[in-house]
Amino acid sequence: MTGSGYFALLRLTEPEIIVALTGLLVLVLDLSFLRRTSLAIRFRGTVVASSIGCAVALGALERLPAQGSWLAGMLVVNPLTQLVQAALLVLAILILLLVDSARFTTHVGEYCALMLFATTAMMLLVSTQNLLVIFITIEFLSLSLYILTAFDKQSRQSAEAGLKYFLFGGMSAGILLFGMSLLYGISGSLSLGEIAVAVNRSPGDPLLTLAVVMVVTGFGFKIAAAPFHMWAPEVYQGAPTWSASLVASSSKVASFFALFVFFYVGLMGAVGSAARGNYSIGWAPLIAIVAVVSMLWGNLAAIAQTSFRRVLAYSAIGHAGYMLIALVAHSRQSFVSLVYYVITYALATVGAFGVLAALEDEKVDSIADFRGLSKRAPDLSFCLLIFLLSLAGIPPLAGFFGKFYVFVSALEVADHSGLLWLVLLALAMSVVSFYYYLKVLKQAYVLEPAAGAAAIHVRATTRIALWVTAALVVLLGCFPDLLLDRIATALH
Amino acid sequence: MLAWTIYLSLIGAVAVTLTPEKSPVVARLTALLTTIAGLGIAIAAVAHEPSGQMTTIVRVPWMPRLGIEYHLAADGISLVLVLLTGIAAVAGVLFSWNVERRVKDFFALYLLLIGAVYGVFLSFDLFLLFVFYELAIIPKYFLIAIWGSTRREYAAMKLVLYSFAGSALVLAGMVAAYVVSGERTLSLETLAHFPFPAHFQMWAFPLVFVGFAVLAGMWPFHTWAPTGHAAAPTAASMLLAGVVMKLGAYGCLRVAMMLFPRGLDPWGFHVLGFGSWQEVFAALAVIGIVYGASIALVQKDLKFVVGYSSVSHMGFVLLGLMTLNQIGLSGAVYQMFSHGIIAGLLFAVVGRMVYDRTHTRDLGELSRIPLGRLIPFAAVTFVLAFMASIGLPGFSGFIAELEVLIGSWRAFPWMAWIAGLGILIGIAFSWRALQATFFGEPTTTPEQVLPPITLPERLGACLLLASTIVLGLYPRVLMNLILPSLNGPLFEQLRRGDWR
Repeated sequence: MTGSGYFALLRLTEPEIIVALTGLLVLVLDLSFLRRTSLAIRFRGTVVASSIGCAVALGALERLPAQGSWLAGMLVVNPLTQLVQAALLVLAILILLLVDSARFTTHVGEYCALMLFATTAMMLLVSTQNLLVIFITIEFLSLSLYILTAFDKQSRQSAEAGLKYFLFGGMSAGILLFGMSLLYGISGSLSLGEIAVAVNRSPGDPLLTLAVVMVVTGFGFKIAAAPFHMWAPEVYQGAPTWSASLVASSSKVASFFALFVFFYVGLMGAVGSAARGNYSIGWAPLIAIVAVVSMLWGNLAAIAQTSFRRVLAYSAIGHAGYMLIALVAHSRQSFVSLVYYVITYALATVGAFGVLAALEDEKVDSIADFRGLSKRAPDLSFCLLIFLLSLAGIPPLAGFFGKFYVFVSALEVADHSGLLWLVLLALAMSVVSFYYYLKVLKQAYVLEPAAGAAAIHVRATTRIALWVTAALVVLLGCFPDLLLDRIATALH
Repeated sequence: MLAWTIYLSLIGAVAVTLTPEKSPVVARLTALLTTIAGLGIAIAAVAHEPSGQMTTIVRVPWMPRLGIEYHLAADGISLVLVLLTGIAAVAGVLFSWNVERRVKDFFALYLLLIGAVYGVFLSFDLFLLFVFYELAIIPKYFLIAIWGSTRREYAAMKLVLYSFAGSALVLAGMVAAYVVSGERTLSLETLAHFPFPAHFQMWAFPLVFVGFAVLAGMWPFHTWAPTGHAAAPTAASMLLAGVVMKLGAYGCLRVAMMLFPRGLDPWGFHVLGFGSWQEVFAALAVIGIVYGASIALVQKDLKFVVGYSSVSHMGFVLLGLMTLNQIGLSGAVYQMFSHGIIAGLLFAVVGRMVYDRTHTRDLGELSRIPLGRLIPFAAVTFVLAFMASIGLPGFSGFIAELEVLIGSWRAFPWMAWIAGLGILIGIAFSWRALQATFFGEPTTTPEQVLPPITLPERLGACLLLASTIVLGLYPRVLMNLILPSLNGPLFEQLRRGDWR
């Protein structure tokens, strides 16, 4: 289905509209009907309403036409975008279920609404191939995330994180916009398809190089790749747990997808090569450098961290490095591997933050706070074990297969061993990563709980969300074809 | 049927966690029955498959998109190691009967480890093999870190990081083999016949070989082994030395050598006198033999003595592999089995019979306790174990080391001499440890009473001793399995002109 009328637009953005409307509805609901009830009921009510909204949007996704485009790529709908949007909605539901245990604010409706707005922005971001819309949705997403980060008004850390996020984000948005304007100047078009044509015509344009560097910087901020990662440790540590989990999971999924589409559709003419013995200027070697720096810095700096959230932040930087390898390989298969990787990574991250959310009353921050968790909350610590081992890449969990497939796809391009150096570095760094994940698990399983530490009560919804997430991580690891087949058929 | 060794162990692991908290005996019995069932299956399989040829047990597509299969199979070499695992597993449970702390967790992790080890030996798809291989690492960490002794957290972390570093190399080789073959399969059967380009084998072979050899305790990557063995609880040291190190050696043979045999060819030039990876790794193996034995000679901690002796004995396995002739390779596989049993026995005596009673492993202190008189059963076991360990005729170690020495005499005579020297040092350190522990000169008054040797300990010791003696007297039982496998189609590319 293609078209340019408003009806076509409404038809193609039906899921996004549903999510956005749910956001507004939740606001109204909380401000009117739930106003006088207790905080717990308000959280439960808004969470249930928001989750239902997301579920309805999931249903609407199914009804979308298989192929669709509005105004020459301003809005693109195809099976792949639908798949990623579905993943975003599932992640949103899981996070919302975890929000049920939140008690840190009285602005319940606003909080859930912002989560839904952020999800809307992410859904739009993955379904566009137009510079302007990409920029606007990134801003829409970022603004929602800034507020979500600073939402805990009692906490200085939260405010600091929000401010830092905002300042870095504002600057990188400026750089991204500058890069985009250069691209527009070169090609005279905002559509990625037409930009690709112009880039193919003059691949060696110095302005193009500048534009590529700026775009990489802008996106590097969104995906928290080093050296554009400064905000990440602060936000992961300072933001309310649920906000951090949104930043760490679904926002990564959307950004990585958009990044790959941006380069794969728009800039294939300026790709260059990062293969050993065959270097040439372009964005692939640039991304390779960012990947190397991220893997090294993320994994090595994580060793020194004492706060669990900061460990997650630095490990996220490392993971961004692994995922960028798929972009360096820039093949159809590596696209499949990236989508698989980022979705399973997001699941494991939501899970890890979910465990933190369940421990919210315990004020868990330092790794040492996990001491004796296996005694105090056996199922919680078992879930944590699954999530961390998946992040570390232990088979048969999803994280392992993700890495395996990224490496396979990286080596399969062109001359087999060209990207071997990158893969070997990634493997070396993943060995490093075992160390800091095991440090956390050591606290949970090896050490006995401190004297007087009581058993931890976990809310039912939190428990369900965690078990579902853990089951997905195991299931997708044991049977990756469940997801791979969908991605691959969607791509064809 | 053989696949049930894996499933039963994993089911057993779950079953143990479901046993009631108050009666640890139920957990112990569950673990014992599970491992006995596994051993029974292994024995039945050895009895029923005397041909030693590869027989597929299960083969179903697992990830069709990548051509990865769930392929369990066994040939003679796998069967030998499955049998070893079965014996070591039963003995391990018997020797950890006195574990009191977190009993359920202990046996659950223990059975998980056993299941993963069975899985490695029975996998004929490289991906599946790797999955089991990594799956075996995690329980080791917790077993050592939770129930260990001396510097346990350090030792556990060191062991795990070494293991993961090794498996990262293996993973790199695996991914590269998958991509280079272009066959979209990781089936060992297919890849064993695939003619990988020689230059690719030249770098893939050392990568994968070293990756696995880390776990086999190859010098200079052996340092995890003594600390790990010393820190681990008795059953875990028994499994570590007895079975887990064999995972590494098995991987060297099954993956590195079977898939990339051309990697052993001469380079065509010499560096420091070495002309091929074969010579390099053989030299490292020999260094390991002599070095391990020499260090064991000066250790004060009894467990470290046994730990370093493991490094030395595993050197024989690697040396045997590098001879590339029939007798050397079969000796290597035989040594895997033999050392698995003997190391298990030694750690059982040291960890369970001596340390758990005297709470010291210091040779000086032990020599002041009249252990030979207080626990004569342990003394007899230890004497027999050390006789087996130094390779006296009549024990399995004799056959294995003799074959390796003959094989290496044919391949590189001067290394056989040095390895022989290693055996002599081995006799020396065994003698020293034996004398200090059981036949020292007690200075304290011998009023001390130690708890008597329990029934599970006797049973376990008898099981292990019987295994090493029976297979020392009738090596044919295993050789009939090993030789046909080595001469089978899977190792076709490995057999050279001087294959005897």
